[in-house]
This record gives sequence, structure tokens and C-alpha cells, in this order.
Amino acid sequence: MKHVHEEESKYAASAKDFRKNVTRDLANEELRANFRGAMDYLMDKRKSAFSSADELEVLREQCKLIKQRCLAKLPHLLEQLEDKLEHNGIKVHWAETVTEANEIIAQLIAEKKAKTVVKGKSMVSEETALNDYLEARDVECLESDMGEYIVQLAKQHPSHIIMPAIHQNKQQVAQLFADNIDGFEYSTDVDTLIQQGRTILRDKFCQADVGISGVNFAVAETGTLCLVENEGNGRMCTTIPDLHIAITGIEKVVEHLADVPPLLSLLTRSATGQAISTYFNMISSPRKQGEKDGPKEVHLVLLDNGRSQAFADEELRQTLQCIRCGACMNHCPVYTRIGGHAYGTVYPGPIGKIISPHMLGLDATTNLPTASTLCGACGEVCPVKIPIPKILLRLREESVKPNREQPQVMQGQGAGRSAVEAIIWKIWAQVHKSPTLYALSMWCLTRCRFLMPKKLAGWTSVRTAPKLAATTLHQQIKAKQAKQGRG
Amino acid sequence: MQPVNTQHLRNYPKKPTQVYLFGTCIVDSFFPDSGMDAIELLEREGIEVIYPQGQSCCGQPAYNSGYKEEAKAVAMAQVKQFPLDIPVVVISGSCGGMMRHHYLDLLSDDPAINNFCQRVFEFTEFLVHVLRLKPIDQGEKERVALHTSCAARREMGVHITGNKLISQLANVDLVLHDYESECCGFGGTFAVKHADISAAMVADKSKHLVASDVVRYVSADHGCMMNINGALDYQKESLRGEHIASYLLNRIKGQSKAQSKGQSAKEAL
Ligand code: SF4
Repeated sequence: MKHVHEEESKYAASAKDFRKNVTRDLANEELRANFRGAMDYLMDKRKSAFSSADELEVLREQCKLIKQRCLAKLPHLLEQLEDKLEHNGIKVHWAETVTEANEIIAQLIAEKKAKTVVKGKSMVSEETALNDYLEARDVECLESDMGEYIVQLAKQHPSHIIMPAIHQNKQQVAQLFADNIDGFEYSTDVDTLIQQGRTILRDKFCQADVGISGVNFAVAETGTLCLVENEGNGRMCTTIPDLHIAITGIEKVVEHLADVPPLLSLLTRSATGQAISTYFNMISSPRKQGEKDGPKEVHLVLLDNGRSQAFADEELRQTLQCIRCGACMNHCPVYTRIGGHAYGTVYPGPIGKIISPHMLGLDATTNLPTASTLCGACGEVCPVKIPIPKILLRLREESVKPNREQPQVMQGQGAGRSAVEAIIWKIWAQVHKSPTLYALSMWCLTRCRFLMPKKLAGWTSVRTAPKLAATTLHQQIKAKQAKQGRG
Repeated sequence: MQPVNTQHLRNYPKKPTQVYLFGTCIVDSFFPDSGMDAIELLEREGIEVIYPQGQSCCGQPAYNSGYKEEAKAVAMAQVKQFPLDIPVVVISGSCGGMMRHHYLDLLSDDPAINNFCQRVFEFTEFLVHVLRLKPIDQGEKERVALHTSCAARREMGVHITGNKLISQLANVDLVLHDYESECCGFGGTFAVKHADISAAMVADKSKHLVASDVVRYVSADHGCMMNINGALDYQKESLRGEHIASYLLNRIKGQSKAQSKGQSAKEAL
């Protein structure tokens, strides 16, 4: 297993600061209101997108099976995809780490002596922190998705995988534009804001040397790259510049073209409640002779970055079924409270909690699997039926496993283990598996209940402490039976 | 196994003459009156309730903390306490979900585990589907809310059975509070490990319950109620939650909480 090096990721450090981030963002009333409002809106949208619960269930089961089949054949499908793409004239590159991916892309850009890049929305390029990498090499990288553009202007990173700037309200965006865009006519009207942003972006499209995009589905059977988007920026990024570089994770490959329609239908409806996205691009080759537009060269970078670690374990492999719809975060009561940046990871919310440990190591992300009540809202809405709560439990288990226990399932395993906690649970188990010890301990507890502290760590910061009963249920029932026996 | 609500696909047995009661460790040590009320309610229906004194905890705290071996040892010890082929009624949706669904995973090497899990029923599920209880309401007119714990909702379908029971009470107006299905922020050790997130969640839950303008709220889980009632008490709100077993019993007997035996609403944290 090749370990992801921490210095490769700025996210490992921010994920370690989870607790600090949470405290900071919980205190931000405006931020919390922005998330609550946006999540309510997205939940409503999704709800109204399905005509019946049965229809939804049938589709979810179907899509789960599609993704599971494709994952079961993953190595084979990746080879097939590479063959087909190369046959179609699209060059394939393999990157095990984020640095490798960035190096490949920088090299391709350097070969063309290119200086300006426009990017369509790509979470995988956020994963590699590509913008930072290219800017350090004097390549200007402009985000063309409106949300990503806002986030870039604000020098932030996306707080949501579908709606990158969802943490900002329209007043904040108007202010941001006023501070950064020459000639901006101040307005808080959303359409006017978007219109002004788009005018700037449109010029850039025409000047850019390189277009970079993500991929939603890579079809092995036909060698087709499918891209879902709403603004048309994805299409421009992948058609106007002479060089198009697509980047995606290895789990995005699907076997057949026929696998795409059900997945697409569930993706857009789960994400934004749309029956279909405004644009759906299918890229199958560079510009052919006689064609009037399209890039002269197309490349695909396939990134691993910890995915093969998840793949190796049957239970954790389910993590890779994800089609990045964002429904789990929209419905997550924790995400709604703390927002997307508090996680410190590229992918926030429930999916972030289960995928980030593979990308950054469980040592950098120990706080994520425990930051859940296991309420199950995420698992209930996930379109590909990833049992997220179950995987969180599994990660907790890996996190508290004795250090370096074999087999090594994941990097950073055992990082959350505390010797004291381990001993407490050992004693707890001894007491609760032995009726005699349990009775004895309850007898002591109820007799010493006046000793129970009034303050209990975090519990009593917003609650009063519960009071132990004078007699337990065990004791009350015994007493009742004794009375009945006598009577 | 994916914890999903497949309760409606269950084959329910005929009304038995005997059942086991699993009281849960929280009820045992903090809220024994709810356990006694559940027993009384079942006995009124002509059912003999067996309460094995050897029972303790379903093992969920360790299971949810990643200590699978410890959870397994405790779970195994519980299963041994319920040998007869009669229903095991659990007065918590969350512990019920653990014993009905997660034991299958945890104790998969035990060939008898399937039979045990099949016998596990959450309290309201048992009342609705096995007893087909039609409670006769003798209480005064009042508005109440229902809070369903997340595990109870998603693993045991308690939002349906709890709702059904309360809706049958002629004098009770069941009020839906805002964000009714949202988690209260308890989550066992979560409330301690991530106290500030939990605090933000329970602040919202208690706010929505208070805003629903009810005299009390009812729940089938004392875990959530310990959390929500604790927050309400801290905020000096008078609203409290009551276990559905006690609530139903009091309605049937025509007693309001203040008159009924046992804990006063204030004590019932
Ligand atoms: S885990 Fe499921 S719900 Fe969450 S983003 Fe992925 S597909 Fe969507």
C-alpha cells in the first residue's frame, strides 16, 4: 500500500483542526442561517423530484446494483476504458497520488507553453489542489462554474460538492464582486449577479489555451466521458481551448452506455431535484477532420489517491459507489449545523467522513467518523444506497483497533485509540456480561447516587444532568414479585 | 446488512400469553417507572411479562464506539437471558434496532441468532402489530408532540406505530413539530465527544418542540428524552417528554402525569 504523504495535502492539516473549525463555524450565525436555508431548499427540491417512494426505491436499488457490478469488475473496466479511449484518440494517464496528477497536468500544459487555463467544476481537481499547484508555476487557472468562481474570488474552497459557494448568501456575493470586479454594478439580485459574472467569464473562455474538466461517468464500453452541468461552462471548457484535460477518480468508470441513464436520472434528481441537468456532455474524441470545433487534443487523468485502499476491503469498497450527488450532506443534521468548511476536507458531510480517511489517512481524520449521531438520514437518501452509518461504525472500529494490528486495512488505523478508553470498555464489558457484577454495580450506583456530579463535561454545558433512580427497574420488579409472592 | 426500515415486511405472530421484557440500561438506572408502566400496560392486556434479572445492556454503547469485541461479549450475554421461544419486547427503538438488526452482524457466528432477532419487537410495534391495541382514552383533552429517535424511525418504523397509537387517543391532538424527523443530537457518546455540535442540535430540537405549543411530547426512547428534557430543564422551559408506555397507561387509566404515580414530570429527565 503506497501511503499518501501528508505534505502532499493541505487538507490533512485542516482536517486535524476539525474541532477548532467546528467551534469557529458554530459561532457564525450568518453561516448557520445560510446553510439551514440552502439545505431546506435542496431537501424540498429532491422530495418533489420523485413521484412515489416506490419509484425512488426501485431506482436506488437499480443504481446500487449498477455501481456494485462496475466496482466488482473495476480493474478490468479500467483497462477496457483505457483501450477504448486511446482508440478514440484520447490519451490516458494514471496518477497514484495527487502530486502525480498535478505533475502530469502541469507537464501537458508546459508542453503547449500554455499560460491560461479555464476550469469546469471538478472536485477531483480540488482534491489535488490543482489551482495552487499551477499558480505556483505561473499558470493562470480560472474557475468557470459560477459557484467555483465565487469561491476562487473569495480565496476559499468549496463548502459543498454540488454548490461550492452555498455558504455565501447573495449579499455576501454582491460585496465580493464589488470588492474584486472593476465596473461591477452593485446589485443583490441573483440573476444580475450571475449575468455580470458570466460576462467576465465569457471573455476568458475565448482566450484560454487549456480547458480542464471533471468527469461524472467514464463509459468503458464506448470510451465516452460524460459530464453533467447546468451552466454551459463545462461545454465551453471542453470545446473552445485546443487542449482539454479531464481528471477524475478511478471509481467513475461504468461498464455500459446503458448504465448511464438511470445513474444520471438519479444523480440530478437527488442533487438538485432536476429531472435532467441543463447540459449533458458526452466526449468521445478530439476534434475530427472536417469538424468545426472541439479541442485538438484530449487527455484523461485517472486518480487513485487512496481509492484502491477502500477498494481492497469489501465493506469499505461501497464508499466508491458514490456518484457525488450531495444528497447526504443536504440531509445531514451535522453538516447543516457546522457547514462544509469545518470538516477541513475536500469532500464534506457524510460522504466526506467516509472517503477522506482513505485520502488523508485515518490519523488526520480521526474526528470525522465519530462526529455523527448515526441518525441514518444520509443512508436513507443516498441514491446508490451506500450504508454510510455502517461504514462510519467500521471506521470507528479501525480507528480504535490496537496499533498496527494485522491485516492493515487502512493508513492511520489505530490512530484514535486511547489506552484509557480501551480499558474502560474492557471493564464495561466485564460488568455488563456478568449478571452478578451488573447487579452489584447497580446496587452501588443507586446507593451512591448523591455522589453523581452535577457537572458532566460537555453534557451540562446546555443540559442539566440526569438523576439516577433510587431503585432500579431490576430492583422494583424484584420487590413487586416478592410482594405478589407474599400476597 | 443495511439498517433500513423493513418492519412492514415482517410476519407478526398471534397475540402471545407470555413475553420477555428488555428494559434497557438507561431505563434500569434512570427511568425505572417507564419500565414498570410498560409492564402494567402489557399485563392489563392479559400478557404475562417475564423480566430476566440477568439482563443489562444491549451492547450498543461499545458497538457504536468501535469496540466490537466488547459489544459482542455483552450482546451474547443478553441473548442467553432470553431462551424461550416468545417475543422479546424492547422499550427503546434504538436498543430494539440494535438487537433486531445489528446482532445479526455482530453475532453472525451463532446459528441461533436469527431466531433471537426474529423475536425482537420494539414496544410500540408490538402494541400495534401483535397486540393490535386499541387504547380507550380516558384522559383530558390535550395537545402533544411525538419525537421519534432516529434508529427507532429508520430501523424500527416507530414513527408509524407511535403515531398510530397516539392518533387513536380520542382526546389527544397530535401536533407535528417543525423538523420533526430531524435528529435531536444525542447519539450516545457523540453528545460528549462532540458536545458543541450536539448542543446546537438539541437547541434546535427543543426550540421546535416548544414552538409547537404542546403540553408534553412523547417518545419511545429515553436516550433522546434524557437529551431533550435535560436541555429544556436547563433552559427553564416547563415542557417535558414522557415515555410512550407511561403516556398510554395514564391515558387509559384517565390519569394525567401530575396525578400519576412515580416520577413527576420535572423528575423525569
Ligand atoms: S454518498 Fe450517496 S448521497 Fe452522498 S454524495 Fe455520494 S451518492 Fe450522493
